[in-house]
Amino acid sequence: MSVLVVTEQQDGRWHRMSLEAVAAGQEAAKAMDAPLLVAVAGFGTSALAEEIAAKQVTEVISIDHPSLAVYSADAFAEALRQAIEHVRPRLVLFPHTYQVRDLAPKLATSLGRAFISDAIGMRFENDEPVFVRQLFQGKLRGDIGVEGEEPFLASIQSGAYRADAVMEGDDAAPIRSLVVSYDAEAPRTSAEPPYQDAKGAVDLSSADIIVSVGRGIEDPDNIPLAEELTEALGGELAASRPICDNGWLPLDRQIGSSGQTVTPKLYLALGISGAIQHVVGMKGADKIVAINKDPGAPIFEIADYGIVADLFDIVPALIDALEEED
Amino acid sequence: MIGGRPAPSSGTYMNIFVCVKQVMARDSLLRVNESSTWTLDDGLSFEMNEPDSFALEEGLRLKERHGGEVVVVTAGPARSASTIREALAKGADRGIHIEDERYAEADAYATALALAAAIDQEEHDLILTGLQSDDAGFGQTGVILAELLGLPHATIIMEIDASNGKLRCKRELEAGWFQTITLPQPGLLTIQSGINKVRYATLMGIKRARRKPFQRYSPADLGIDVAVRQRVLRLYSPKQSKQTEYLAGTSDQVARELLSKLRFEARVL
Repeated sequence: MSVLVVTEQQDGRWHRMSLEAVAAGQEAAKAMDAPLLVAVAGFGTSALAEEIAAKQVTEVISIDHPSLAVYSADAFAEALRQAIEHVRPRLVLFPHTYQVRDLAPKLATSLGRAFISDAIGMRFENDEPVFVRQLFQGKLRGDIGVEGEEPFLASIQSGAYRADAVMEGDDAAPIRSLVVSYDAEAPRTSAEPPYQDAKGAVDLSSADIIVSVGRGIEDPDNIPLAEELTEALGGELAASRPICDNGWLPLDRQIGSSGQTVTPKLYLALGISGAIQHVVGMKGADKIVAINKDPGAPIFEIADYGIVADLFDIVPALIDALEEED
Repeated sequence: MIGGRPAPSSGTYMNIFVCVKQVMARDSLLRVNESSTWTLDDGLSFEMNEPDSFALEEGLRLKERHGGEVVVVTAGPARSASTIREALAKGADRGIHIEDERYAEADAYATALALAAAIDQEEHDLILTGLQSDDAGFGQTGVILAELLGLPHATIIMEIDASNGKLRCKRELEAGWFQTITLPQPGLLTIQSGINKVRYATLMGIKRARRKPFQRYSPADLGIDVAVRQRVLRLYSPKQSKQTEYLAGTSDQVARELLSKLRFEARVL
């Protein structure tokens, strides 16, 4: 009746969300009074396995195999299926990364189980697991129940648990090597090494003030208005994904899960609804101001100051007020 | 083969299936139903899930490049028929609707099971889905569908080269990284939102759509059940994680008050 956390690494380096998943696992194991196992899957990952063994965990499961040197859904799903059938955990937690989105629904289906994606919390009610996740673009929240038997598989949203909350162990936990066997043919997909498109010229992560625009800006002709406010505040201009997809601002100014993650002192969100994919990139800002016509926009949930109004009324007034002061 | 001619999978001709979902229009005012398990449909308008519209566009472009057929498939309540019609008007050749009211609240597994049952009985070279739905947002239907059909898959795809009987794709990784991934046909791809400019239906397209084949099934017709593996127990508005201070008044008042608060209260200016 254990908790198994599946970490993610690439070329011997942790994915930053791996430790957040370990933190979630430590909390769950404590609540369930269950042992905590942490799986490290890859090739040449012994240093990472030792690193995680120093944390407060019961056992580290090392799945080291040449087939896992480069990610493929086929090889990883098969390795983890064998690990889960061997370890028989009650709960399996993943970080909600792009790789897990590619992998976990396949793995869960091959086990005949559900996968609860992008959970922000969990608890047990009458010995049944209940996961909390956002629905309807973050406008509503749901308690999710699972049909059928354990193991219960879920992924943890970025930032839902804190990596620095991971507790260190007293002694190094034992590392168990798990040998996977592949009798099937090679993975059906083949991936070439990752690359970056033209490296972003703008590093928004060091900006103190960020003015960010969303769909509410309505038209590329309105971007100069946001630029004017940004200049008056001495900040950097950024945007949510749809704005960059439309080519209204370059991709290197995109904030969110597929763009940059920022923690400025001030984040001014203009016409941004606050979809999960955007919020994970900016919720660490010191102060968040939201200006949006829709009072139900989820961005207000995390805003320090909220203005329910048309940004085309408020932004010019802000520019005027800033100019007056000069 | 249903409602269309069997097509050989040889050459570049492609049998393309695009899976779509109908969801409530963006910016709908949502109200939770009596049992607190879903939202009330009353008074809402519905549209094609936006991420799926990019998958449809990609399917139509591949057909234009290679020749072939685009079949649009949905598992949804009766109202979803209008989304199939929309796809037919945009250029899809025929539609398949697995109809049951329970699909409105069903999970990704039950939905994928229905799609798999319908697609499995036809020749298929490529299956496309959107990245996720704007309602439940599981982001899993495509990958589960691939597993149920025994097909390879790749997710978050930005470009597809379908020549030589393979699928050579640009896949988005995190934080501005990409990779090229190659898989054989038949295969399943989930399409990143925003990768193309979605076409509008023309008047001629809308007219033509009325005569295009449109197959309806019940789950029982396909020998399946609407069997979910996860369900919403309670749906509710999120608790404020922060105490949001709302500013109101004329635009000038609000602007001045905000600047003053940012300067003297929050001390971030």
